[in-house]
Amino acid sequence: MNILGLYNYWIVVILMLIGFYIVIAHENLVKKLVGLAIFQTSVFFLYISMGKITGATAPILDEKWQLYSNPLPHVLILTAIVVGIATTALGLSLVVRIQEAYGSIEENDIQIQDTQDQLECQLEAYGIQESLTTFDQDIDE
Amino acid sequence: MEMLLDILSWILLASGSFFCLTGALGLLRFPDFFTRIHATGITDTMGAGLILIGLMLQASNWIVFAKLFIILLFSLLAAATACHAMAKAAIKSGLKPQTKDNREIEPEEQPSKP
Amino acid sequence: MGDLFAVVMLSGIYSLLSAALFLDLHAVDVAFTEASVGAGISTLLFLATLKLVPRYDKKSRYKPALALGVVVVTGALLIYGTLDMPHFGKADAPVHEHVAPRYLNESMDEIGIPNVVTSVLASYRGFDTLGEVVVIFTAGIGVMSLLRISRQAKKEAKSKTPADMQQQVILRVVAKMMIPLILIFALYVQFHGDYSPGGGFQAGVIFAAGIILYTMLFGLSTAQLVFKRKVLELFTAIGVFLYAGVGFVCLFMGGNFLDYDVLRHDPVHGQHLGILLVELGVGITVASVMMTIFFKFTWRTVKHKYNQ
Repeated sequence: MNILGLYNYWIVVILMLIGFYIVIAHENLVKKLVGLAIFQTSVFFLYISMGKITGATAPILDEKWQLYSNPLPHVLILTAIVVGIATTALGLSLVVRIQEAYGSIEENDIQIQDTQDQLECQLEAYGIQESLTTFDQDIDE
Repeated sequence: MEMLLDILSWILLASGSFFCLTGALGLLRFPDFFTRIHATGITDTMGAGLILIGLMLQASNWIVFAKLFIILLFSLLAAATACHAMAKAAIKSGLKPQTKDNREIEPEEQPSKP
Repeated sequence: MGDLFAVVMLSGIYSLLSAALFLDLHAVDVAFTEASVGAGISTLLFLATLKLVPRYDKKSRYKPALALGVVVVTGALLIYGTLDMPHFGKADAPVHEHVAPRYLNESMDEIGIPNVVTSVLASYRGFDTLGEVVVIFTAGIGVMSLLRISRQAKKEAKSKTPADMQQQVILRVVAKMMIPLILIFALYVQFHGDYSPGGGFQAGVIFAAGIILYTMLFGLSTAQLVFKRKVLELFTAIGVFLYAGVGFVCLFMGGNFLDYDVLRHDPVHGQHLGILLVELGVGITVASVMMTIFFKFTWRTVKHKYNQ
């Protein structure tokens, strides 16, 4: 079985892996969103390349052509592109709000601030009014 | 007549591709930002322009010819304006052009209009 | 790569290249949409965000070995899974049977427009497109509620137009020449979507891009004099209303929901009218939502500049 005819799926898989790696390994939120966009584009390539027929033309009816590429994946991917931009716009506005609330968009900083806030809430629940920084200063003296 | 049009299209398309290639080479190899803007401007105007003129000669009916002509006009206008905008933004951010003897070039003060 | 500006620009180039690839794969409508949406609006929104977040990112201290391992294992599984797929470009693949030949063969008789993608999008699969318009509308509402404008920012920003924009003479002149033509092109793409690649989505995005160009060069307050905030928000709803309204009118006239055959005396004319109205609704919603999102992002930068 000649597997060289499957090269379009391998390209899709490589792009998908690149996008996947960016989303899980990088810490910056904007970079994660760019990785998500790359992932989405790879899925578009999967569908569109499945719909292509060699020797055919674009699905706009004309007298000179008999064979047309499949229009159904085109319709699905048109919807998917617009949904992708909607998701990106919402993600970016969330990034803007996170930057205003936490002061940074690195995942590590956000997690550290969240853990600090959580510990402060628990200390308050137990009745200890001091913040974590004064706790360190008491040990030094 | 057909032969003449075909030969002319071939020449124009080949020279347009040559300009695109040199523009890309210039983008990678030129030393300074402003020279690189010049290289990309060559790609957009000469490269795309000659390719479009070569395609215009091959147009089958006058509607395709007119559409290609309008695309050519817009492409030239937008490319030149984009180069200007990039250079102006660079000057405003304080980027100084690199000169041969490392002379200092001061940007001229813009006359402020109300 | 520590510079987010370079990352965003490279992602814009990637979108443009994938649009060119779509063109090679005979997907002209998809290429049009990807070029206008991915390389246009998406890059614009990323750049607008870059004004509000730090431009450089911190270097991470740990080595992502686990992430690499997971990615490699997933890749191996996926490639193993594609070994059974049909070869690229074969005409007898299973995806080309059942529904697609019916669309290609019957579209001219039932609907009568040459662009099969538009006829499938607006008529055969009209429900999906209605859902999609609602998704765009929801995204607009989401951004509107996340990035609210404070009254203080509105009062402060009304008097201050950016003074350096007065000096951009060349850009303003060229923009004044090009913006009316961009808007006319958007209308052309909207209504010519039956005969060539186009339709509501691309037209809405191109219209929004023209107005965004105007906003960037002439100031936010000048643009808001023309496109008032409440009117824009109303128009985002009008598009969805138009689409669903066409569906309900079809119900009242005796057919199914979104069955355009009953709209006129002749089924083919009914389909033409239905597709026209529906694509108009899509274009109105997409243009309004894209403009609203950009205006919200720009208002946020005004708040930053004058509230710090």
